[in-house]
Amino acid sequence: MPSRVIELVVNGRHRELLVRPGMSLLGALRDGLGLTGAKRGCADGSCGACTVMLDGKPVLSCLVAVETVDGAAVRTVEGMAPDGPLTELQQAFVDGFATQCGFCTPGILMAAEALLAENPEPTREEVVRAISGSVCRCTGYTAIVDAILAGAEARRGVTV
Amino acid sequence: MTELIDHDYFAGDGDDLHVVGTSVTRADALGHVTGRTQFFEDLLLADCLHLKMHRSERHHALLKRVDVSGALEVPGVVRVLTHEDVPENWYTVLRLIGVEPNDQPVLPEDRVLWRGEPIVAVVAETEASALEGAARVEVEYEDLPAVLTMEEALTEDAPIIKPHGANCFIYEGHPCRRIRFGNVEHAFAQADHVFEWRYESEPIEHAPVETTGCIVVPQPNGRLKIHSNTQAAFFTLDNTALIIGGPFNRLQLVGGTVGGGFGGKVDVIVEPIACLAALATNRPVEYVYSRLEEMQVSSTRSAEIFVVKDGVMADGRIVARKVTCYMEAGAYTGHTTYGVTKCAAHMPGPYSIPNVWVDAYCVYTNRTPTGPMRGFGVTNADFALETQMDRIARALEMDPLELRLKNAYRDGDLKAHRKVAEGAALVEVIQRAAELTGHELAEEYERMSSLTHAGVGV
Repeated sequence: MPSRVIELVVNGRHRELLVRPGMSLLGALRDGLGLTGAKRGCADGSCGACTVMLDGKPVLSCLVAVETVDGAAVRTVEGMAPDGPLTELQQAFVDGFATQCGFCTPGILMAAEALLAENPEPTREEVVRAISGSVCRCTGYTAIVDAILAGAEARRGVTV
Repeated sequence: MTELIDHDYFAGDGDDLHVVGTSVTRADALGHVTGRTQFFEDLLLADCLHLKMHRSERHHALLKRVDVSGALEVPGVVRVLTHEDVPENWYTVLRLIGVEPNDQPVLPEDRVLWRGEPIVAVVAETEASALEGAARVEVEYEDLPAVLTMEEALTEDAPIIKPHGANCFIYEGHPCRRIRFGNVEHAFAQADHVFEWRYESEPIEHAPVETTGCIVVPQPNGRLKIHSNTQAAFFTLDNTALIIGGPFNRLQLVGGTVGGGFGGKVDVIVEPIACLAALATNRPVEYVYSRLEEMQVSSTRSAEIFVVKDGVMADGRIVARKVTCYMEAGAYTGHTTYGVTKCAAHMPGPYSIPNVWVDAYCVYTNRTPTGPMRGFGVTNADFALETQMDRIARALEMDPLELRLKNAYRDGDLKAHRKVAEGAALVEVIQRAAELTGHELAEEYERMSSLTHAGVGV
């Protein structure tokens, strides 16, 4: 089967790329577009490090054949703060020491972004459920959940 | 929120302690939350080759025939590497600090010692071709008896799986690392109670979210630049140089950004063969473990066994402690010989015990080679020792913290390995922990100090 051209809107930019049959969305983002924020931790959908937003929903990009999402809008960690200043969520991760090795961070940020887009005022349980597809092996999850709740509060304009 | 830092400790210490008690932003946090931290695999090279291994399907076997012709027929496969392509095939990582013998081949020659051991490296244009090529390598085995537990390995009629003639590492002529201090047998005879219990643990996989790997890029000046997620940059560089048979300054290692390590990324496994593949092809080569490989063939924490026998007086003083411990190296020595030494040095725990006897074994089996993991040689030892303390306290109907306070080492105590303790603070730490958790101590224990033996009752 020949390669074909796929169009995506990635972080607001219109992109075209040539993809081989079976190429994953993760492969397209990383190898095709040079966006290495999404990570490959397992390539089988069990770690969540490759999580990005696809038409507003969080997806495991290693399991999405990019040919099947021709024309879709994709958001990655690189699109969170393209102009410099961090978003409330990113800042909360920095301030709350919610990163350690950093490898799971982009995927968890995307899962959290997707949650907050739908539900700006999540409960702790809802946050836990939203990131339950992401594995963090360093910190334990408490700091991460705290940071997402703090980021949500800051985004709502609540002073903590 | 309760203030947990006692600022009185730092009063008057001047400027050099100003960071303690404040919150300092992590230097790497900005990169992590923006996706700009560069992990080794974020180096994107259009002409990069991919290396995958054909691995042993047997625990212990002679290699009767290795046929790579099927791999070479796979479209995209550009090269296979066997032991014949490794200039200095035999190594052991800690030779850099004098450990011998070199018991580990980069790629095995006539036999495999564990299921999962790499046999043939297949280098291809894509990961898929490399995997297909690796699957097409044919190996004919002649099975040998396998030793799969430490106890089995140390029985008298066990098959000896290592060429140096023993199923354990030899420490200066002895089958184990030994500590002899006082006379435990005499003390057991004098003790009011003797307690002996056994503790065991299974291997644990570190399971970093970023799998072990590297990308090696040949440079125009003939050097090799290694982009790696190793936790041990200099051990990796030096061992790799020795294996490929070149000067150290032929290699440049770019690293330090590790997507989770926990001790699992100190082995020197992926870099040497990736360097040889890069030299053989004069192209960049990536060798990264799949998730399956990370879980099944990367090193684990050792399985460990501890047998702890204590002689204890009715008042709780421990007068003798005899420990026999076994750490599983798996098929090759790796770092485990050092973990065993650390384990032995850690005995008998932070207690002043006048009679101590330790035998600590580094045991070979036909299982996945093991390695360091958080608290190398110490974490499981502490589990055994502190569980032992709790069980003694229960048997004597003593408060477990008071038992520890009575036996805690003090400044000036001679430890079993002939070092005099200084700066001991265990007594104060236990007292503070008791206070913070609302655990009431009897007054004589409240008055104890690391500076004196008052109240111990010797």
